[in-house]
Amino acid sequence: MAAYDYEDGPSGYDESSGSHRNSSAASAPQSAAGQDLGYNPNFVPDSVKSFVVHLYRHIREKNVYEIHQTYETTFQTLSERLFKDTPWPSVDAVASYVDNDHVFCLLYREMWFRHLYARLTPTLKQRIDSWDNYISLFQVVLHGVVNMQLPNQWLWDMVDEFVYQFQSFCQYRAKMKNKTEQEIALLRQFDQAWNVYGVLNFLQALVEKSMIIQILEREKEGLEQFTSTDGYDYNGGSNVLKVLGYFSMVGLLRVHCLLGDYHTGLKRLLPIDISQQGVYTIVIGSHITAIYHYGFANLMLRRYTDAIREFNKILLYIYKYKQLFQKSPQYEQILKKNEQMYALLAICLSLCPQVKLVEETVNSQLREKYGEKMIRMQRYDDEAFAIYDELFSYACPKFITPSAPSFEEPLVNYNQDAYRLQLKLFLYEVKQQQLLSGVRTFLKVYSTISLGKLASYMEVDEPTLRTILMTYKHKTHAVDSDGKITSNADVDFYIDDDMIYVVESKPAKKYGDYFLRQIVKLEGVINDMDRVKLE
Amino acid sequence: MGRDRDVAPVPQQQVAQMVEQLLAVNPYNPEILSELENYVNEQVSSQTYSLDANLCLLRLYQFEPERMSTQIVARILVKALMAMPAPDFSLCLFLIPERVQMEEQFKTLIVLSHYLETGRFRQFWDEAAKSRHIVEVVPGFEQAIQACAIHVLSLTYQKIPRSVLAEAINIEGLTLDKFLEQHVANSGWILEKGQGRGQLIVLPRNEFNHPELKKNSADAIPLEHVTRIFPILG
Repeated sequence: MAAYDYEDGPSGYDESSGSHRNSSAASAPQSAAGQDLGYNPNFVPDSVKSFVVHLYRHIREKNVYEIHQTYETTFQTLSERLFKDTPWPSVDAVASYVDNDHVFCLLYREMWFRHLYARLTPTLKQRIDSWDNYISLFQVVLHGVVNMQLPNQWLWDMVDEFVYQFQSFCQYRAKMKNKTEQEIALLRQFDQAWNVYGVLNFLQALVEKSMIIQILEREKEGLEQFTSTDGYDYNGGSNVLKVLGYFSMVGLLRVHCLLGDYHTGLKRLLPIDISQQGVYTIVIGSHITAIYHYGFANLMLRRYTDAIREFNKILLYIYKYKQLFQKSPQYEQILKKNEQMYALLAICLSLCPQVKLVEETVNSQLREKYGEKMIRMQRYDDEAFAIYDELFSYACPKFITPSAPSFEEPLVNYNQDAYRLQLKLFLYEVKQQQLLSGVRTFLKVYSTISLGKLASYMEVDEPTLRTILMTYKHKTHAVDSDGKITSNADVDFYIDDDMIYVVESKPAKKYGDYFLRQIVKLEGVINDMDRVKLE
Repeated sequence: MGRDRDVAPVPQQQVAQMVEQLLAVNPYNPEILSELENYVNEQVSSQTYSLDANLCLLRLYQFEPERMSTQIVARILVKALMAMPAPDFSLCLFLIPERVQMEEQFKTLIVLSHYLETGRFRQFWDEAAKSRHIVEVVPGFEQAIQACAIHVLSLTYQKIPRSVLAEAINIEGLTLDKFLEQHVANSGWILEKGQGRGQLIVLPRNEFNHPELKKNSADAIPLEHVTRIFPILG
């Protein structure tokens, strides 16, 4: 039913890939040579030969463990040693060592481009070629002819990189001012490359073709296994389409956030139950990407407590386990997202001071990083707004403008437009809430107070106070699409005629959960003791 | 407008169904733009609403700005305003380029939303009265905003002075009497005599204006959590 979805995007593909094939031997080396004169794309060092031969063999033997080792460790080591500032050897140079295997060559090129993006600056031609490569790769996967078993880490990296390169392309294209005539001609000619419809439709097609939503549904009823096998297929099948489909839901969340479409983004993530562990938590990159965007979208939707809860959980997780990832190529990225999420948490807690939702460790980290700023953010003066601005700008996604540029003179840069709009609307929201922290302070110290008295304390007239109190209620009570009201209020109140009655929300102690955990713990201790007796 | 084909009018429910189906099959299809535009008009005339369809349309406009119809965008925004207290209006603004938001009619709508977001109903109604040409195109506008005001009032007040209510919903005098009568009959409102200063209206109880009604969710344990100890209990 969805065949149209992904065939629509790459309609210009045949033409572009054809021209690419003919020229890849000649032009790819040329553009790469421009980056480093010592680079010979056709020279394959022995270690690279051995790398591709082994990787190819492990893939054929479906040895996921070895694939993972070769993919994660060997590739990194070789990149570090031999290709610090040059690309890897061209795919044509290594193809003969892997039986010219079509799919392997697509995978190799995917890594080739990923390495190039990470270490060097891709040319426009290379960006377009990388797009072509993704199309070929995804089409092979979507047509179900892949029978491999690939590590989750690798499959996540593909989705992640695909979205990253899309974002990078949009940023690049939006800087029109310094484009050469040749670049503009290429942009016009290959207007399907990284086209937003194509990107969304590929991700959507992976979700649909993989039937992942149905699989997760069936799993809930015990009819299917996915999470319990970490997404792998132990019955001789392939995990590639299924897991790519799964990660594509996280990819779609991210793309929608980049576009400012938070509602739809969260909707795409919905099939994954983020209150529980899942395949998305196995790969740290996907875990962080999912929660970072989930939290950000909820922040923009004013559902602060949802954002705070999930930020708290993942920040605690990173705090506990980050040394495990020290050697991972994503380590720096993990640290950066960690810092950004602390900044977002600081924003959430400034707008909605539900500190009790935050674990002590996370809270003390937060105070250390942003304690002083958070105090100033409560003041709601110009300086406070400047801090909101600063934290938002530092921590927000790299928003994109998805439409093609106008090629009319004069050429203008529009790469900041999307970011500026989101920032402006966010600060607008902050301004609407600027009087609430004042009200909060008073409500905290009274159990009852008359409107007249509070108005005089706040130096406003009574009608204005009524509007402030209604704003407080409105802003602290989120309404979802089915009309359900969720309170985010830390201090609540009601008005009877002209008296305000304050209600402090008491921390809900979860005795049930506590007992459950203790029962499990006790059982563990008893088991341990039984074992001791036997020895 | 928007109806360029000469087809027999499709019953409203069918239009809705058809569009929802198109969205389900492929939410990223540029070909459904005109159907979505028609659907916006349909929502206006039939007093229905679909946020998902409207966001999808705004997304298509975002991808291909040259196809954007500001008239349709304005209607979407009025509809989103009517969906208050839900955050739909902001959700739409996030997708509309800043230069479009600079247009006079959108500036007005943004001001209107600002008044609603900050509980300033008096100013809202004054401003709305000045901009009838924008908001009156959409039937049910007044009632929707009144419902929104009543929602916020019910979160805030147990008992509300008549004058405060009157200002928030922009109804006075005999019309207000009738309005109150209806709500006493249908929505459980109660009229009380205030302490010498006119009428008080007792709004229906909910967990937000009567916090003692809040269910203590902490006592409930979801079954999935209990299942963790099944092996031990067994």
